[in-house]
Formats: sequence, C-alpha cells, structure tokens
Amino acid sequence: MSFKTKRVLAATASAVVATLFLAGCAPASDNSSANCDNYADYKGFEGTEVEVYTTIIAPEADLFVESFADFERCTGITVNWNGTQEFEAQIAVRVEGGTAPDLAIFPQPGLLAKFADSLVPASAKLSESVDANYSPDWKNYGTVDGTFFAAPLGANVKSFVWYNPKVFKDNNYSIPTTWQELLDLSDKIAADGQIQPWCAGFGSGEATGWVGTDWMEDIMLRTADAETYDAWVTHGIPFNDPAVATAIAEAGKILKNPDYVGDVASIATTTFQDGGAGIVDGTCAMHRQASFIGGILAADHGAVIVDPSNTEEANGISVFYFPGADANNKPALGGGEFVAAFSDRGEVAALQHYLTTPMWNNNKAKLGGWFSANKGLDEANVADPVNKVAVQILKNATTFRFDGSDVMPAAVGAGTFWKEMTAWVAEDKSDKAVLDAIEKSWPKN
Amino acid sequence: MINTAFVAARKTPWEVIFPNLLLLIVSLTAFAAIVYLVFLLASRVNVRTQEWLKYAVFLAPAVLLLLIGLVYPTLRTLVMSFMNADSTEFVGLDNYVWSFTIPEILIVLRNTAIWVLVVPILSTLLGLAIAYLTDRMKRPGIVKSLIFLPMAISFVGAGVIWKFMYQFQPNLDKPDIGLFSAVTKALGLTAPNWLLEAPMNTLLLILVMIWIQTGFCMVVISAAMKNVPDEVVEAAMLDGAGNWKRFLRVTIPMIRSTVIVVLTTTAIGTLKVFDIVRTMTGGNFETNVIANEMYSQSFRQMNYGQGSALAVILLLCVLPIIAYNIRQLRRERTER
Repeated sequence: MSFKTKRVLAATASAVVATLFLAGCAPASDNSSANCDNYADYKGFEGTEVEVYTTIIAPEADLFVESFADFERCTGITVNWNGTQEFEAQIAVRVEGGTAPDLAIFPQPGLLAKFADSLVPASAKLSESVDANYSPDWKNYGTVDGTFFAAPLGANVKSFVWYNPKVFKDNNYSIPTTWQELLDLSDKIAADGQIQPWCAGFGSGEATGWVGTDWMEDIMLRTADAETYDAWVTHGIPFNDPAVATAIAEAGKILKNPDYVGDVASIATTTFQDGGAGIVDGTCAMHRQASFIGGILAADHGAVIVDPSNTEEANGISVFYFPGADANNKPALGGGEFVAAFSDRGEVAALQHYLTTPMWNNNKAKLGGWFSANKGLDEANVADPVNKVAVQILKNATTFRFDGSDVMPAAVGAGTFWKEMTAWVAEDKSDKAVLDAIEKSWPKN
Repeated sequence: MINTAFVAARKTPWEVIFPNLLLLIVSLTAFAAIVYLVFLLASRVNVRTQEWLKYAVFLAPAVLLLLIGLVYPTLRTLVMSFMNADSTEFVGLDNYVWSFTIPEILIVLRNTAIWVLVVPILSTLLGLAIAYLTDRMKRPGIVKSLIFLPMAISFVGAGVIWKFMYQFQPNLDKPDIGLFSAVTKALGLTAPNWLLEAPMNTLLLILVMIWIQTGFCMVVISAAMKNVPDEVVEAAMLDGAGNWKRFLRVTIPMIRSTVIVVLTTTAIGTLKVFDIVRTMTGGNFETNVIANEMYSQSFRQMNYGQGSALAVILLLCVLPIIAYNIRQLRRERTER
C-alpha cells in the first residue's frame, strides 16, 4: 500500500469517526468536551493510529467507535475499528503474513493462547490496572504459560434463571439463594400443582444438546471447586470421575424429574428458542438460560424484559442468579473477550490500558447493551435489567469460569457431550452410561 | 478490499490496462507456440505412435480431472482413515476397530442398513404400482405430476416440512400443529413424540425419502412400460393370460433392466442420505446414518481419521452396487 493510499484511508477513517462523533455525541458534549485532564497519561502520540481487529461488527461496533470519541479527541490517536465475522480464520492469516493488527480482541482464551509467540507481553502498567480492576480469574484467562498478555474487555453471563416476577409474586414464591432453596422452591411449586416448576429445551438442529452441557457446567462449578472444574475441562480428571457424576446427578434432580419438567424426553425435541416460552405465559416457573434468550422470548412470544422489582407486567420476564451450593459459594459461568497487542508501540499500549479503566468501562456501558467484569463499573450505568443482574453476579462471583464445552476438544465439546446429554433426557440413558461414553470419546494424545 | 479499490482509483486507466494487456499477449503467444510445437512433434513421429498420441491427447484432460477430482481424494481418504484425528500419525486399524465396536456407531451402521433395504424396495414397488395403474388411466398427467412433485423439493426442504408433520406438543393445553399428532388425538389415542421414539423415528425419516423418491421411480418405470410392444401384450392376451399374469410374466420381465437401474440408483442415493437426518433429528435419538456421522466426525469434531474411516466404509458399501449396475448396463448393450 502506497503512502498516498494510507493518507486517503486515514482521512476517510477520521472523517467517519468525526461524523460519528458529531452525530452521536453532540448533545452530550457539554460535559465531556472540556475535560481532557483524565487523558494526561496517554499524551504524546498525536497523529498516530491504532488498528483494532475484532469479531465485533455493526451495530455493536458503532457504539465502540462512539466510546472512543473522547480518547481520540484528547490524545490525537486515531482508533481504526476493523470488525469481521471471519476473525477466527483471518487472524492466523494476518499474523503469519506479517500484517498482524495492532490490537486484536479475542473472543476465546483458547484462540489467544495459539498466538502467544507473536503477542507483546503486557506492560507492568497494564498488569497493575488489570489487577486493580478485575478478579484474578479474569486475568488468568489472558495469561498464557505464566505470561500475562491480554486484558479483559466485555463479558457475558450464563448463570441465569429466567422467571416471571408477576407469577412469583402472585404465588408468593421468593427467589432462592442456595441450591437447596432452589430445590425446595421447585418442590413447593410442584406441590401447588398450578405451574410446572421448570421448563427446558435442548433442541438446536445439529447442535442439539448444548443446553444440557451448559447445565452440567454451571452445576459442576457448584458441586465441585474451580480447580476440579478446570481439571474436568482439560481432562486432568476423567469425564466419568466421581466429581462429574455428582454434578450430573444434581442436574438430573431437576432435568430428569417429571414432577419438575413434565415429559422429560420431550426436552430433547423442544427447541431452545421455545424452551423458555412457558415462563412468559406462566405455564412454567423457571428456565435456566444465558442472557440472549430474553431477546428471543421477546420477539417470538411477546415477552417484556423487566426489572426484578417489576411485579405488575403480565408478560414480564426477568432473571435471578442460578444459586450456588451455599451462600458463600457464588460461581459464575460465562464468557468474555480479551484485548491483546501484536505491536509494541506507545499508542497501542495507551489504548490497551485505556480499555481497562473504569472510566472507559462506564462510558461504554452508558451507551447501552454492554457490560464488563470491571470492578469499577457502576451498576447505575447499566440500563438493561438483565445486564444489571449480570454485573451484580460478576461482582459477587467467588469464581468465574468460561463455558467448558467451548474449551474441550471439538470431538467432545461439539460432539459427544452434546449427543450424550441429549440421549440422557431423550432415551433416559443412565448418568454412568453417559459419562462413560463421553470419557471413551476423549481424543487420546 | 478497500485498499485495492483505492489503489485502482489513484492510477490512470491505462496504467491498469497496460500490464494486463501485456500479460494477455504474452500468454496467448506462449499458448500458440506450445500448440504449434505439439503439432510439429506429432507430424514427425511414425504412424503407430501417432495413433497412440491421438488417444492420449483426447484422454488426457478427462484422466487428469479424474485423477485430481476422484482418484486423489479417494486415496487420500484411504490414507487418512489409517491416521489419527489430525492426520499426523498412523494408528493402524484403530479407526475401523472404533467403527465396529462403539455402540453408537453400530447403531449408525444398523440404521444405514435399514435405510438401504427399505427405501429402494418400497419406493420402487410403489413407483411400479403407480406406473402400472396410471398407465391405464385416460389422463394420468395430474396424478403423475402430484406424485412427481416432491422430487423438486430439496432434502433439507422436505426435512423441514416433515418436521412440522411430526411436531409433538408435550403440553396438553396448547394446540397441536403436527398433523400426525392431531390425527392421532382425533382418533382418541395418545400421540407419541414421533421423532423421539426408536425405531419408529428411523422409519418416519425413511418415509420422507420414499415420499421424495417414489416420483422418480414411477416416471422411469412408466417410460419403460410404454416401450413394451403392444404385439407382445396382445399375443399374451390371445393366449388367455389375465391382467395379473400379463403384468407378472410379460411386463415385468420386459422392464426388468429398468427396474434394476431404478433400484440401484435409489440404493446409492439412500446410502448418501444425510440432509434428511441432519435437519430432522441431527442424528440424535438413534436415527444417525453413516453419511451424517462421517460429516460430523470430520467437520464438526475435527476427527479426520474416524470421519475418513466411515467414508471408506460407505465407499465399500456403494462399490458392489455400482459394479452390478455397470455390469447390467454392459450386458444390456451387448444384447442389443
């Protein structure tokens, strides 16, 4: 690419950014435009550019670009947001081809680890900021073989139970805070006989069964400690270890109990999109699923996502934390992104550091639809009721772990684990037979 | 993408055209030179070699494409079937041992056997019956088109449609949208969860394939029946043969080769079946078949060794059918 072209690109990019800035931030600029003092640390890189390569594309990307407006104006650094759905395949091509991006946002720690040789280790300053603002679990996911590389960015949480606050209030049900309370509540709802305590759906075409793996992972984090969970995911313990058997037995207490879920086998043929429909119309009380199901239930079944305190809305759905074994055990299952640097330049380090500050995290959250595990993130800046609960869960979490099936080898994580969880409900396959079959399929090498 | 667009915009058109034009001229000249050289060499060699060359020149492109597109992938699959998941080490017969010992895969093999027995026989029999019946109708057009119509629907499309037919509603208070469930309930029976209960679910999936395939069988067999000479049928009639006897003793033997072609092509198509199972059950609930398992082993679970072993098993199952088909065609040709 010639020098001329670069200038044209830069001009276009800054024009786009400027337009977005003018369009998006114009009304709010009175309180932010004056104050560049907060950006003193990042001074001295005027006229430089940082390319950010990521899976995050429009419309989410527009909010990111918007959130960099102050940073760009105050520091003179231009952020070139380069989002593509082909990130996973293209990042390897770019790194091997010698055109690695300045910063890459990795959606999974596993992918990050593959590029450890090409990445720039985090500076002491970045490491300090991450220590101050995130829990050690999060830092650990950005660390490869003892070297810390990548700072956490956004987060998502799976440890949710969806419910209808109005139904809970009308029936005098209170939100359970421990696993035993959850089972007691389920018994109570079953005994009342009005509503089915739980509903679930494992169906997802060729990926049928992934919902079951999420259940298993969430419960595994509760019945075993984080180290055992890690050992399970990396095959440090066999898949049919007694610790895993305990977890699947606990999961079975809910999922394979006809008093709780009605026809157990039909969980396998109910799609995950329809699985939660019952909580909208009040035919079932609880549904364990990640945050995204809210949007699906709203679109397909007329649900309204409300704050847990709103007990008036008939079709209102909200979430509570999938409780831990006891009040002191509050693990969270979820995922997140990690920002790693391929170039060792001042402006790149400046942006990487800026993204870990509570200042940016709050600014970004204010724009909506997003949250992170940053300890400095103020709940008040998170508008969406479900994300608000998610932020609380992350803050209270004693441990945080990634979705294990994404980390396991594909033969298990996208193969037998799905299949066997499906057979577990569909064919009433025994816990032992399920775990033995998965253990047998774990690749040997 | 954007970068190159900018580069192009900065150059004058001539700057872009010139190098390409030059390249075009050079390559055309080179091509002409090679052709000339070939002809020159060909004219120099003796007659016997010329004869041989003639075949070689005409066969070369086809052979080359076959080597690239068929022989090489087959050999590569064969080699990979003896290697581990990421094709870095040889593991001997492990993948084949796996194929024939893991209970889940045994179910896969059993299901494939059921498919390949039931689909060709039933759809050919149905096709034969419909062809025979419509043959004597005044206006067979409408009936034939209706039966042939599903042929125009892709397997995935058919899978989605039939999934609605088999839809099961576990909640008794909610309305049924599945035709099968609705009919069963209207008859006062309890509807089963159609796609869940083995071995019924495999048969229900097979029904979809038969629904698609019968039209094809009917059309081909019907065409063959039209070719049965009237004189032969009339002669049989004069000899006192009834309807049934004429059908069994005259029509069937005369269209025998067509029926065999229909049977074998359907059998091969059935062995490959993948889309129906994948869209309707994802291979769960004991409905999996080889082609689907091969795909998910290779491209979902990145287990190329086991995927290739299944591909080889599939190939071995198809080979005898193809061999029989070719032999049949050859014999027919010599008879004529």
